Amino acid sequence: MANYYNDNSELKFHLNHPLMEKIVRLKEREYSFKKEFDFAPMDYEDAIDNYDRVLEVVGEICGNIVAENAESIDAEGPQVVDGHVIYARGTQENIDALNQAGLMGMSLPYKYDGLNFPIVPYIMAADIVSRADAGFVNIWGLQDCAETINEFASEEQKEKYLPRVSNGDTMAMDLTEPDAGSDLQAVQLKATWDEKKHTWLLNGVKRFITNGDGDISLVLARSEPGTKDGRGLSMFIYDKQDGGVTVRRIEHKMGIIGSPTCELVFKNAPGELVGSRKMGLIKYVMALMNGARLGIAAQSVGVSEAAYREALAYAKERMQFGKAIIRFPAVYEMLSLMKAKLDASRTLLYETARFVDMYKTYMHIAEERSLEKEEREEMKKYQRLADIFTPLVKGMSSEYSNQLAYDAVQIHGGSGFMKDYPVERIYRDARITSIYEGTTQLQVVAAIRGVTTGSYLAQIREYEAERVSPKLEYLKRSLIILTDDYERAVKKVMAADDTEFVDFHARRLVEMAGHIIMGYLLVLDSNRDESFLKSAQNYLNFAKGQVKAHAEFIRSSELADLGNYKFEI
Amino acid sequence: MKAYNIIVLAKQVPDTRNVGKDAMKADGTINRAVLPAIFNPEDLNALEQALRIKDKFPGSTVKILTMGPGRAADIIREGLFRGADGGILLTDRAFAGSDTLATSYALGQALKKMGNIDIIIAGRQAIDGDTAQVGPQVAEKLGMLQITYVEEVIELKDKKITVKRRLENGVETVRCPLPLVMTVNGTAPDCRARNAKRLMQYKHAKTVTELQKENEDYTHMYNDRPDLNIPEWTVNDIETDPSQLGLTGSPTKVKTVENVVLHAKDSKVISALDEEIETMMIELIESHTIG
Repeated sequence: MANYYNDNSELKFHLNHPLMEKIVRLKEREYSFKKEFDFAPMDYEDAIDNYDRVLEVVGEICGNIVAENAESIDAEGPQVVDGHVIYARGTQENIDALNQAGLMGMSLPYKYDGLNFPIVPYIMAADIVSRADAGFVNIWGLQDCAETINEFASEEQKEKYLPRVSNGDTMAMDLTEPDAGSDLQAVQLKATWDEKKHTWLLNGVKRFITNGDGDISLVLARSEPGTKDGRGLSMFIYDKQDGGVTVRRIEHKMGIIGSPTCELVFKNAPGELVGSRKMGLIKYVMALMNGARLGIAAQSVGVSEAAYREALAYAKERMQFGKAIIRFPAVYEMLSLMKAKLDASRTLLYETARFVDMYKTYMHIAEERSLEKEEREEMKKYQRLADIFTPLVKGMSSEYSNQLAYDAVQIHGGSGFMKDYPVERIYRDARITSIYEGTTQLQVVAAIRGVTTGSYLAQIREYEAERVSPKLEYLKRSLIILTDDYERAVKKVMAADDTEFVDFHARRLVEMAGHIIMGYLLVLDSNRDESFLKSAQNYLNFAKGQVKAHAEFIRSSELADLGNYKFEI
Repeated sequence: MKAYNIIVLAKQVPDTRNVGKDAMKADGTINRAVLPAIFNPEDLNALEQALRIKDKFPGSTVKILTMGPGRAADIIREGLFRGADGGILLTDRAFAGSDTLATSYALGQALKKMGNIDIIIAGRQAIDGDTAQVGPQVAEKLGMLQITYVEEVIELKDKKITVKRRLENGVETVRCPLPLVMTVNGTAPDCRARNAKRLMQYKHAKTVTELQKENEDYTHMYNDRPDLNIPEWTVNDIETDPSQLGLTGSPTKVKTVENVVLHAKDSKVISALDEEIETMMIELIESHTIG
């Protein structure tokens, strides 16, 4: 009778953040939907109560069904029969239970049969599902591809596809090809207009496609023959009911085994153009990726939660030298740091989700009426923040989930290396989070703009200006000192006026900003709820060491040193 | 295709599955204050069977009948969240202290008033009393056919139902004409989860008594949306013979309740050899400890 929502008070804490009042009011258009939809909330309390109750259902299904199925799904995996994917038995059971409970299309508007939830509670559901089974959250979480249809497709397409997502159709985003991985500009899958059939036809191969046999797919394809870069690519919807795509094989993976990673063959598969031609990569994939990156951050936090809980339970139970191993400093320090990293990545996750909610909701409102001047400014502010926080949270939380999974196995000792305990699976599942939807190295490439434009610093100053209770002041003072270190390091790197030098130090600079931001968020969380104080203190002690080490590395680094690091090929 | 009118009998019970040391009061009665009130588990299995029939035969209705204090309206709401069409709360001081006979009588009279029923489904037994008597007694009171210990509905065709029964020593497949009463085992499939939209929609469903305590801002809603009103029936809403109700109508009298604490008297060490384990098994079966 486990409930993965009720047993985790941190989730309720983040759900009740002060900014939620505004997010919900905008999302519910001043609570005007209730006239049309019986289940729309009447006021803020009613809405929060809805999220709370629905997340309780998510927690119940995850605790009792999804978590229970994780082991057998990992052993069984999906298979290909006649060019199509058959999920593992448990995967299908999970999908059926979540569909029955109406947990697809959570963030889609009411008029498309969605629940009109803000991103925050949707991401919270992903966090919970991932804790239960990180492989399964991939299939369920691909529903956020629907947001791209909602943003850019025609009204006709929205009416055709979105209610299907709300009612349980699964999705996929078909981007990667054998020769186009991180570099999507190289995509070759051909889209040709067929005048007779009056449709676009897709031909070619896609690789590494998560849930590639999903019901509705977004496909990136070259619609402009003769072009070689991103400007010749467009976005298409492929409907599995139309046929034309077969699954050639499923990859054999290290982790997230229940999630079918497919190689797809397109043979005259009909596709519907989304939005404008040539905007596929430049605009739509970017939006799609930002949503997906936030999803991977949620997946990472869920994995961290699972790893921490397994390690904590084991350390309390396992007796060595006459006492539980959690009594030993080497173990309790490891566990406390795991908890601090977990809380840090989770608070950054929900901060980012709120930023996304604010700007996306304004963006949708702007389709209905013109925004007031202040509203427009607010939208721009939050869009800028979402743009720099998304790669930050994806990069940091996925690295942390790997570190937590590593430590969780370590705490289990030899037993952790065996398949007898769930940590072995968690360790394998964690590994992909820092790779797909852009490796950590590519998140740094996106996030470095936040460093060079001063946007992270400006946001750090905002946090600094927030009032906290006097007993938290000393934590803020350490953060101010770390911010000085960060500013000096940025200045030093920028002064060299060399892009390679910036790239060389980018990871360090982004991490410094990340540590300071997460430190501030934990201090602000502690200000609202004292139970975060331990994590705030432990995280700051850890962050100090990290920031100082990076600061020292940068202080003594010169452009001429780069040669030492380069290889002859 | 035919549609069916189904009534699910459900009871709100104290959660006796995770009992702590203060679960019983000194006088041997249940300390309801420390045990959360829940939907009786096997009644949820019963509800699932009803909803499966409704899924298969569109147009069918599933209604819940529950008897209990005002807070038992939770049972109706819980049913609405999971897919039931509505329900009735039978509540009155006159029903207080009912044993299984008086309960069956009251439920039977309410069911007569509801009328036009094809199938009544109840859980096999409630986890507070563990009698498994109410379902069968309701069938007797109404003069209806009954099948107990149902695990699965195999076929429902026109006016005939075929089910699998789970018995102590095996399974049995039986066919029965409608209308009938079925009681469902805990081995039947678990009930589906609450549905998000139904949860958001019906969390506001209230009985008249509850409405009196409701936030005034919301009252207009209950006039606009009749589906949010949970009917509450008292003894005045059904035809009854007062001598068959509540304590008066309950022949069961509890004389005393004893606290039994099990202690280990002696222990035996047995090796892992097959013969020794077999000897132990025979001994345990002979002493009726297992089997």
